[in-house]
Amino acid sequence: MSIRLQNIAKHFANTQALEPINLDIHEGELVGLLGPSGSGKTTLLRIIAGLENADRSPQPGKILFGDRDVTNVHVRDRRIGFVFQHYALFRHMSVYDNVAFGLTVMPKKRRPSNGEIRARVFRLLEMVQLQHLANRLPAQLSGGQQQRVSLARALAVEPDVLLLDEPFGALDAKVRQDLRRWLRRLHDELNFTSVFVTHDQEEALELSDRVVVMSNGRIEQIDTPDTLYRAPKNRFVFEFLGDVNHLEGRVRDGVLTCGDAHLNVDLPDGDEELLLRPHEVRLAEEPSAESHLPVTITAISPVGAEVRVELEADWLAKPWLATVRHADFERLHMRRGQRLFAHPRQWHRFKEDAKTPEQQARVA
Amino acid sequence: MSQLAFWRSGSTRVLPGFGLSMGISVLFISLVLLLPITGLFGQLSELSLAEYFAIITEGRVVASYMVTIGAAAVAALVNAVFGLLLAWVLVRYEFPGKRLLDALMDLPFALPTAVAGITLATLYAGNGWVGNIIEPMGLQVAYTWVGIALAMAFTSIPFVVRTVQPVLEDLPAEVDEAAMSLGATDGVAFRRVIMPHLWPALVTGTGLAFVRSLGEFGAIIFIAGNMPYETEITALMIFVKLQEYDYAGASAIASVVLFVSLALLLAINIWQGRFVRRLHGGKG
Repeated sequence: MSIRLQNIAKHFANTQALEPINLDIHEGELVGLLGPSGSGKTTLLRIIAGLENADRSPQPGKILFGDRDVTNVHVRDRRIGFVFQHYALFRHMSVYDNVAFGLTVMPKKRRPSNGEIRARVFRLLEMVQLQHLANRLPAQLSGGQQQRVSLARALAVEPDVLLLDEPFGALDAKVRQDLRRWLRRLHDELNFTSVFVTHDQEEALELSDRVVVMSNGRIEQIDTPDTLYRAPKNRFVFEFLGDVNHLEGRVRDGVLTCGDAHLNVDLPDGDEELLLRPHEVRLAEEPSAESHLPVTITAISPVGAEVRVELEADWLAKPWLATVRHADFERLHMRRGQRLFAHPRQWHRFKEDAKTPEQQARVA
Repeated sequence: MSQLAFWRSGSTRVLPGFGLSMGISVLFISLVLLLPITGLFGQLSELSLAEYFAIITEGRVVASYMVTIGAAAVAALVNAVFGLLLAWVLVRYEFPGKRLLDALMDLPFALPTAVAGITLATLYAGNGWVGNIIEPMGLQVAYTWVGIALAMAFTSIPFVVRTVQPVLEDLPAEVDEAAMSLGATDGVAFRRVIMPHLWPALVTGTGLAFVRSLGEFGAIIFIAGNMPYETEITALMIFVKLQEYDYAGASAIASVVLFVSLALLLAINIWQGRFVRRLHGGKG
């Protein structure tokens, strides 16, 4: 079922939680709402669910599931499944009863027979690989297991859309990784439309078909993870999607100067701020004709596919982060306190005026 | 093992002050709780078993049990309903004056019960503010058991509110939302999701309110009318015996109240403990 939001706004008391928003989510899509806390992403999700009402004035908004207008439909009749960050399981009920709940509260006419409920619940428990724990109470399960129960519970009523509010936020990293993959598989298998909220860029980029980046109650960009990462529309999106190194300075005659550091750039004169991803910083023992950026290594973390190196210098307000290949790391004999030169492979620049974002990148 | 460790604890215990604080606690409990109770039993020893039973089964005294238990039961049930409602309102909604209402809940604890009693009696007497409205309608509150129940309800409502409130606060609103998102109506959500969490606390609070009502004296005697066999409460019977310098008789009746209250308290505690364990992951 597709979801269409038209002109949805929300304010609490005096603060504007959501500015009027339009959003189309296609049938069968898995969409992530990504933003820092206070960006309005959870509010938006709760409005889609019907747990919160959008503002009626100045203009009433509209929410459509497929062709069905659900703007004024109560949450219990919207046919949604909602998964909460802290699971919100019914603590006094067994796992089985939790999953069966949505079926047993159906009005008599629509309610399946007991045998059918039983069959359906066990099918769902099998799907979330918890059939052996059907008689346990939620408190006897681990966090990951509880979240799977809560997912099975939401899917039991065969909702039109599945909404997940920071579904993995309360779990530790390893479990989170597993559940993420598992949810992606489940989504591909059952092909329901789902929207999930997260503040974790990695999670959003890995899991979603499309990501909606939000800040301050506004949608900053809607795109596929790939496009989002490669072509951020503005500075906020760029900075939010990963680690960023800043280089501030004054440009004169095609040279950007900042303390004893300088870099050849093809820009008009004036103050500039360039942004670099950690993988866009190359380290070498010598400066080049293009750039002279002396730095000192202050921390090294050799865990993972690449080595993360923290760099400091007098001309830097905040330390830089660079990722280097293990081979380069060994070749340069990197160690803490070592002085090297940074060479930007590429840099980005966004104009201050957010209305007309422009990104410039070039290979140095 | 643990007992051994307990006796040899001096050097191994990390938290300091166990000996001193435990000693003072035991002394305090002895002086304030155990000594009077021992005194009570001392008085009882003056009676033979036959005399004891004669006193506690005397017609007027038995009638007072009926009045007390009946009125306390009604008061406790009324408090269960309204206490739950008050706790719900205090936890789930935001409204101006919420803090004040919350503070008012404890008034029955803080107010001298005699003050409450006199106030209620004045209000509900035939010429009182409330009394002169409801008595022409045929509703007699003052000097009937309804008045007794009313006074009991007044003094014991905080027990229900204050036991239900924290449990309700502990129950996240998400749980209602989850039930609603699964299609449950408000009634079903309340019955199947909220009540199972609340009723242990509700029963405990109601039980405490009941026990408290059994022993209430000051708030009741002014409004009760104190007619033998009709509106005399057990606490008054003890008072009457004392006025007659019949200390043994007073102790005999007091011992009945004491046993009933203790037994109820013990039962509530055991039952509650079992339930809490179940909810927090002990074996079902």
